[in-house]
Formats: sequence, structure tokens, C-alpha cells
Amino acid sequence: MNILREVTRDQLRTDIPDFRPGDTVRVHVKVREGQRERIQVFEGVVIRRRGGGISETYTVRKISYGVGVERTFPLHSPKVEKIEVVRRGKVRRAKLYYLRGLSGKAARIKEIR
Amino acid sequence: MKGILGRKLGMTQVFDEDGAVIPVTVIEAGPCVVLQKKQVSTDGYDAIQLGFADKKPNRATKPEQGHAKKANTAPKRYVRELRGVNVDEYEVGQQLGPDVFAPGEFVDVIGTSKGKGYAGPIKRHNQARGPMSHGSKYHRGVGSLGSIAPNRVFKGQTMAGRMGGERCTVQNLQVVRVDTERNLLLIKGSVPGPRNSFVTVRAAKKRTK
Repeated sequence: MNILREVTRDQLRTDIPDFRPGDTVRVHVKVREGQRERIQVFEGVVIRRRGGGISETYTVRKISYGVGVERTFPLHSPKVEKIEVVRRGKVRRAKLYYLRGLSGKAARIKEIR
Repeated sequence: MKGILGRKLGMTQVFDEDGAVIPVTVIEAGPCVVLQKKQVSTDGYDAIQLGFADKKPNRATKPEQGHAKKANTAPKRYVRELRGVNVDEYEVGQQLGPDVFAPGEFVDVIGTSKGKGYAGPIKRHNQARGPMSHGSKYHRGVGSLGSIAPNRVFKGQTMAGRMGGERCTVQNLQVVRVDTERNLLLIKGSVPGPRNSFVTVRAAKKRTK
């Protein structure tokens, strides 16, 4: 199993900030349009982190025009330019699936000060 | 035809240059030793015999030891022949590494599939299940065994039995990366067998590219 880790080690990113479920993050995604490449920002609440090593992923949820949108990114994806932590949230679960059933004021998360 | 013997180490994933995730199987490929060259003049066919992974000397029979000695190497645990090769390109005792393949090439991988034990017809032959409720008494069992007219069951009738643990080939897998330092081959997709089982990797037979 160690060799499997070694094989993927050079693809692991070291510039990833520390963030947890409940935090609000801005994910800068590289988007390819023909030849041009631009950055798209996806901002929302991290509702889960799963996996380990190179296969670790996180899911960001936001409300876009009243519709809930979730995107799951591989943590070490080279398509992500950078991750910014906007706000640290205080939550008592590792997986915040309960947010899907809530909206508006009820879906707020307390900030850690 | 070219090929190499190796050991399946497990699966992981890598990112390609576009950032897409590729599932890969890591295979420890080589170093292999050419143990013998078979030729039409002496054996009736052309092939090279490859050996992979040293055997403990006390576990090798005397004929095995003598055979390995001709190639100036230790007896091997996994020995396979590779047919359809140009025998003149190889020397007895020559070492082969994963660099016989280049990234982007297509390969077939041959191994022994994972044993499933005594498996029912649904798992073993992809038969359909019966209704589990509404008074049905036909759940996961074997269905009709055929006509009653011959007064016997025909050979080859699909029934429950031992499944897996047999030779299995997966064709047309792409080589993603070749690591000559650590003797590793990264192949896109899954290959037969459990981790640490021996596999044969050869150039794809049905894909010419």
C-alpha cells in the first residue's frame, strides 16, 4: 500500500488551506473555453470531506437563484487554482447533509470567533 | 508482440494533464528474466519464456534450479511463455523492465480472478431473480433445467457452483505511466485478481494503434 502512496505523492498539493465541514470557502476553478482559460469562483459551505490521500474530495453547497447547487471537487485537483477560506463555521457533525432540508435563516451556521 | 510479467499492487487514481481523474492499477512489472528461447526448429513454435519473482532456493526442484542456472539467475515463482515474439531480439538471461511499454500504448492483462466460492446462478451466470414476495416461492434459485423429453440435463446447463479463481484476460487497457525507477506500470482501469497476485501484461492483441 505504501507504493500506491508513493506513486501519487508528486501529485498531492501542498498549498491547500486547512478547512472543515461548516466552513465557507471560495473555490477558484479553472474553466476551459476552447483555447482560453478563465477562473470561475464557486463559493459556498463545505458540507463534507471524504476519502484520503489523492482521492480525498470535498463538497461545497451554495444557493444559486433559489436553487441549491452542490459541487464535489477532488482535494488535489490541478483544475482548482486556489481555495480561500472565507468563514469558519461552528458545527457538530462531520457531514452536514441536514442543510439540504433547510433554507433561509434556518440554514445559517454560527461562526467561530 | 511484447510483454512482461508482474504483480498487481493495487488501485489508486492519478490526474491527467487536463486535470481529469484516471483510475489506475499499479503493477510491479519486472525485473523479468528471459529463461529460455523456444524456436520453431527445436520446439515447433516461437516463444520466449519469462520468469518473475525469485523463489527460495529450498523450494525449487533440481530441474528448476538447473533451468534457471542456464539463464544465470535464481529459480522463479512465476514463469510464463510469450508467443508471437521475434525471438532474435532476445537473449537468454536478458532482463526486462516496464520500459518495454510506453505511456499511451494499449495492453491486455492476464491474471487469476478473485475466488468467489460456491456462487448461485444469479451471481455466476447473470440470471434474473424471481419475485421475493407476493406468494412467490421462486427467489434466487436456478430456473428451468430444460425440456423433460431427453430425460436428462444437458451438459453446460448453467447452475450454481464454484466461481472465480480462474484465468481471466482484460483487453485493451491503456498504459498511463511507466516508472522505470521503481519498476511500475500504471494501467488505466482494473485488472483481474486480488492484490499481490501475479499478472501477465502483453501488447493488446485486437487493437492496432
